[in-house]
Amino acid sequence: MMEVQLLQFLQTQLGSQWLWVEPVWPLVWALMQIVAILAPLVAAVAYLPYFERKVIAYMHVRIGPNRVGPAGLLQPIADALKLVFKEVIIPTKASKALYILGPILGLAPALIAWAVIPFDAGLVLADIDAGVLYLLAISSLGVYGIIISGWASNSKYAFLGAMRATAQMISYEISMGVALIVVLMVSNSLNLSAIVAGQGQGMFADMGLGFLSWNWLPLLPMFFVFLISGVAETNRSPFDVVEGESEIVAGHMVEYSGMAFALFFLAEYANMILISAAVSTFFLGGWLSPVGFLPDGIWWLMAKISAILFLFLWFRATFPRYRYDQIMRLGWKVFLPMCFLWIVVVGVWMLSPLNIWK
Amino acid sequence: MEFKTFVFFVLATIMLLAALRVITARNPVHAVLFLVLAFFSAAGLWLLLQAEFLAIVLIMVYVGAVMVLFMFVVMLLDIDIARLRHRFWSYLPLGTMVGLLIVVQMALVLSGNYFSAEALPGHSMPADYSNTKELARLLFTEYYYPFEIAGVILLVGIIAAVLLTLRKRKDTKYQKPSEQLAVKRNDRIRMVSMPAEKDEPSVDTAAAAATEKREGQ
Repeated sequence: MMEVQLLQFLQTQLGSQWLWVEPVWPLVWALMQIVAILAPLVAAVAYLPYFERKVIAYMHVRIGPNRVGPAGLLQPIADALKLVFKEVIIPTKASKALYILGPILGLAPALIAWAVIPFDAGLVLADIDAGVLYLLAISSLGVYGIIISGWASNSKYAFLGAMRATAQMISYEISMGVALIVVLMVSNSLNLSAIVAGQGQGMFADMGLGFLSWNWLPLLPMFFVFLISGVAETNRSPFDVVEGESEIVAGHMVEYSGMAFALFFLAEYANMILISAAVSTFFLGGWLSPVGFLPDGIWWLMAKISAILFLFLWFRATFPRYRYDQIMRLGWKVFLPMCFLWIVVVGVWMLSPLNIWK
Repeated sequence: MEFKTFVFFVLATIMLLAALRVITARNPVHAVLFLVLAFFSAAGLWLLLQAEFLAIVLIMVYVGAVMVLFMFVVMLLDIDIARLRHRFWSYLPLGTMVGLLIVVQMALVLSGNYFSAEALPGHSMPADYSNTKELARLLFTEYYYPFEIAGVILLVGIIAAVLLTLRKRKDTKYQKPSEQLAVKRNDRIRMVSMPAEKDEPSVDTAAAAATEKREGQ
């Protein structure tokens, strides 16, 4: 729709010049859409650390960053400038090409996964039928950035960190994937827009209480499994043994400096926002309004993402770090059996007369 | 040349080069990464054939899980490439024969529409065709029995792998998290009721205090 209007506007404006633009128009249009998604995302990624520092500071009864700009609002820009001007040091005997490739491979999946996230009804870059599979496949690639950088650094701490990270991320990917199977069962689609639209139907939605018919309530255990696995998948506290400042200094990024280090930082925060968006889409009704008398819209998705992000920061300020064997136990012996059990429970539920997903 | 054909040739070229580098790369970690690249290109080719389910599952399973474990193992092993290349020439004739056999087989299967992406099936599908749904329908109706057998074989494999690595050493000390979590307060501390001790100065201390006072004066 927007494309048609823009196309007409450009054709009338450019006149005969349009002939030159026409062959590359699909490319230009795709790039415009990508920039429209990524520019706010990168801004959010830049300001999330500031938000984190402020939130944790208030939880500690401190003030947090308040020197650079009004209320410290220019702090992220100052940090970014500092990192840009620092030298990227490549350790001796490091595998140079892979050392550079590592952080890039870490950040790229967190950005390209946004292609299938629907922001509003019809407002999605790629409305593909296998959207959930795409999301899972892309998020499983993030582990390469970590393992490659850990190995290429030629350092024992980095290597240990990479090993831990890989084992942890692979384990929790499985619980996330299996938790999503339950969501797929009830929504009968792999398309993310269809999954969100399906959550807007039901008894409570007809009564004007839409938030009670979202997936989080009937699939409450899966909601918790997905959320907690998401925290573990992004290597955030209390599952941050990957960095483990007190044990292995900073894991896979110990040798990195300057912009290469900043990319890891960006990747972590971009992944947090992505997981929040996934939780909002699969369990919290995406762009849908919680109550009947307010209109649906992209602002609801933003509000839900912000709320989940706040949870991430709250966890960090609250919980001590898990022990490594307990992390693995939680993933394999608690979450995974729970997911399998819930597949059976929901399967029986859907075949029984009490089925609420018709 | 159609755009699709162009994409096909680009992906095919990358895939062949990557596959070649898998066996020529000196460093095993680099070889694994080239294999990942080859898988990616193969997934791209499958996407061209509208087999999006297979393509994405290839990335999810092979690139996302299997190759990461491969890399794990390769990184931990101390592989001596020189020793591996030791009797290269004596194995070459056998390897060449196996390779030629594979080429002949592939040629027999693909003869006719070799190298033409348009001639392959999948281009005449309706717009609302969902590869995932069709595959599921076939798997759970027509091929239900083989599908279940494959599942059972995988299960046997899992159990065998677990059994092979399951051995208990008596001198290993490890924690049992379930027991640790099940601990109640009464297992760790014991509340003892004791009579309160009164803080009355005894006769000795009173006398000592009196002497101190006198000495102070």
